Amino acid sequence: MSVARFWRKIPQRYNMLGTKCETCGRHFFPPRSFCPDCRRSGKVVDYKFAGLGTVVTFTVIHTANEQFEAFTPYVLAIVKLDEGPRMTAQIVCRPDQVTIGMRVKSVFRRIAADGESGIIHYGTKFVPVE
Amino acid sequence: MRDVAIIGIGCTTFGEKWGSSFRDLFVEAGALALEDAQLSGEKIDAMYVGNMSAGRFIEQEHIGALIADYAGLATHHIPSTRVEAACASGGLAFRQAMIAVASGMEDIVVAAGVEKMTDVEPGASTDTLTGAADREWEGFVGATFPGLYAMIATDYMHRYPLTREQLAQVAVKNHYNGARNPIAQFQQEITINTVLKSTMVAEPLRLFDCSPITDGAAAVIVAPLERAREFTDTPIRILASAQASDTITLHDRRDISTLDASVAAGQRAFRMAKLTHKDIDLIEVHDCFSIAEICAIEDLGFCKKGLAGRLTAEGETALNGRIPVNTSGGLKACGHPVGATGIKQVYEVVQQLRGEAGKRQIDGATIGMTHNVGGTGATVAVHIMGVD
Repeated sequence: MSVARFWRKIPQRYNMLGTKCETCGRHFFPPRSFCPDCRRSGKVVDYKFAGLGTVVTFTVIHTANEQFEAFTPYVLAIVKLDEGPRMTAQIVCRPDQVTIGMRVKSVFRRIAADGESGIIHYGTKFVPVE
Repeated sequence: MRDVAIIGIGCTTFGEKWGSSFRDLFVEAGALALEDAQLSGEKIDAMYVGNMSAGRFIEQEHIGALIADYAGLATHHIPSTRVEAACASGGLAFRQAMIAVASGMEDIVVAAGVEKMTDVEPGASTDTLTGAADREWEGFVGATFPGLYAMIATDYMHRYPLTREQLAQVAVKNHYNGARNPIAQFQQEITINTVLKSTMVAEPLRLFDCSPITDGAAAVIVAPLERAREFTDTPIRILASAQASDTITLHDRRDISTLDASVAAGQRAFRMAKLTHKDIDLIEVHDCFSIAEICAIEDLGFCKKGLAGRLTAEGETALNGRIPVNTSGGLKACGHPVGATGIKQVYEVVQQLRGEAGKRQIDGATIGMTHNVGGTGATVAVHIMGVD
């Protein structure tokens, strides 16, 4: 991923900055500037997500893409944020620890890197809420 | 709208074809289809070719022109168009060809599909396939294709009574069929234990739950039904063509284990053909993973949600079952050259309807269906065809 392509998404990847439609109250992550429900009557504004959510489904990846090979086995999940949207993310926990319905909170973590000398990708992972 | 028929079919063998280039593959499939229709190339009015990612697999774009050129048609200047919808590229190319003929714009049209996947390292091909999902919000965080379908399987098994053994039976059945298909990548039978003891890829999916990396090409030729008998004694009529889309990411779907695009495309196809499930003699579904076949059978309405595992375990989807599924061996055993798969499904159904499917022939089959999925269900193409 090029530097510019990664850089322009930093507010979303680092700080979970999404949007919300003030007309209907629906939240969007990743952000959308156009509400599919309200269409032209929607008023979409920035919204910072609290980072709390629940595991909807999960897997443990044993065979990964090249950039992630060093991290296997790792837990990948779909997390439903408390505000409504769902997102795909890694859960930082033991593979036998993850369950459907588990409460999680977001943390800032290293995701991957572009080879030995490329940029390091940081972003959001989740950890279990004790 | 004119009625459209399939007048010729051709397919390469599927597999790791180190000796064949991208060009060799589609030329071979195209030549076989022309030979089957007893047609000379200069009669072709237009071409549509399904191809997911030649740009990343062989660093070649501009596939439409390349194919027309190497088919020997450069000096005819026919329109030749590449169609891309990840793993549903072939199904969409077929649909575009059908629409071109149905509309009256063209008469003799080739629908082809081709993918050359083994010229890159396996890690690179896995990464390329991840592009069928959302690169920014799925691939970026470490999702793989098996990983996404594994999350469908986890959700499904949490909500419905599907056992690990029933899931494995999908692969066992498809290998049984593949062992009876001379073009299949894997022509050997396996047992449930083969699946359960294979390498873990993404829990709960193991290696034998996953379709392989494959090289191959397939081509079919369509024409107006009223002209079809100029070329063949056994035209196969296209009874329905439907396509649907959904969110690109799995996490944004209404229901993680239902492919709503499959439901929509299936319903539209049945409505267009004015047929019901009882009329269908066989289906080729998109079993890129074992769980995908389970979902497809249900989402197309052949049984209620949650029952496809039992249906499979009881042999109802086998060659001699009530509704044979993936007589070709499916993506699992026949192989999955992504852009070619949707055309190969049509190739298989036409063989069955002509009575030319050899050891895997479904006796008296007159109507068949194909179901081709892009990504985790963001695009679905469904076709129904029958003996005219």
